[in-house]
Amino acid sequence: MKIAIASGKGGTGKTTLSTNLAALIAESEEVVLADLDVEEPNSGLFFKAETVHEEINVKAIPYWDESKCTLCGICARVCNFHAIIRLGPSIVVFPELCHSCYACSELCPEAALPIIQKRTGILSEFQTGNLHFIESRLDIGEEQAVPAIAKTKKFAAQKYSGVRITLFDSPPGTSCPVMETVRDADFVLLVTEPTPFGLHDLSLAVDTVRVFEKTIGVVINRYGTGNDDVAEYCRREQIPVLARIPDSRRIAELYSAGKLIYKEIPEIRNILEGILDAITEITEGGG
Amino acid sequence: MKIAFTARGTTWESTIDPRFGRAEYLVLFDEDSGELTSIDNSAVKNEAHGAGTATAQKIFDLNPDVLITGNGPGDHAATALKHSKIKIFVNAHDITLKQAYEQYQKGLLNEF
Repeated sequence: MKIAIASGKGGTGKTTLSTNLAALIAESEEVVLADLDVEEPNSGLFFKAETVHEEINVKAIPYWDESKCTLCGICARVCNFHAIIRLGPSIVVFPELCHSCYACSELCPEAALPIIQKRTGILSEFQTGNLHFIESRLDIGEEQAVPAIAKTKKFAAQKYSGVRITLFDSPPGTSCPVMETVRDADFVLLVTEPTPFGLHDLSLAVDTVRVFEKTIGVVINRYGTGNDDVAEYCRREQIPVLARIPDSRRIAELYSAGKLIYKEIPEIRNILEGILDAITEITEGGG
Repeated sequence: MKIAFTARGTTWESTIDPRFGRAEYLVLFDEDSGELTSIDNSAVKNEAHGAGTATAQKIFDLNPDVLITGNGPGDHAATALKHSKIKIFVNAHDITLKQAYEQYQKGLLNEF
């Protein structure tokens, strides 16, 4: 089962929940945690794990072969992303803008735009006990998270097809990287906080995830602050609230020290176990 | 000399559009003929990606000697414009094309 941990608003507790759930599950069985926030992965800060695998992530881009080019300009006209333009006697490729659609290369009558592979970042895998942690990290200046996210998910699925639970720590927001993260999840856990910002961005996230007809559950973090509007919204939309994590300075201190909070606060262990039980119940049809 | 402006309109009284890639109009002044012409660039608002390089392509094809704009081109557009000999002047903020042209003549605008 793939569980995506997402949110509309950033900073609501996706990584806290992902890392603590993963570590808790790993106490009794193998588990995979994939940090898909490839623009700023940070789940790895919470584990002292051994690197077991590394590979370069690449993307396909065209390479201008000046010797074959007749400067006809078809490549620039067919590119939807203005990633290849004709400037006088030169064809200029902008690798960061390229979406690897191959149109320019395929439609070039002179075969003057062969496809080459360009490095965009690195995929790393770590292990500690039963926990298999995988992350991809974009190189500075790279703009496209989606291909790196897709590759990381594929890597996890192929290597750990036998592992019962895979967790995806999602990027924040509702844009393409989030959609790529949640699209093949079996369950989407949306973490929010009981504030007007939290509610606003939660409702955007719900609308986004519902496009894919996903089963959703909400976790309200920093419970005790703000107001009851998030709970009211969830009632109205018939979305189960799986847990309320209390607002606590102690939790913030543990997080900022890079520690797993459930190991220090027994109440949190109970809450996390409750979340896992609720997800099992819902996905197995009991909910 | 030909001078190009990123603009919010098509006349001397229009204000400079401080954005490069998403400028609404590209206005060209030919100092020799005294003629002021323009290109409507507003369709670029429909582009999710690559507005900078798309506009750079248009500026390149207009082939001015000088470009006067506000914030300046972003990285991709700047890379594109390096393929030309166009001199780029920036910091023309909240002023009309006419005022920007005067400031350029007095050497008050920063070269990018």
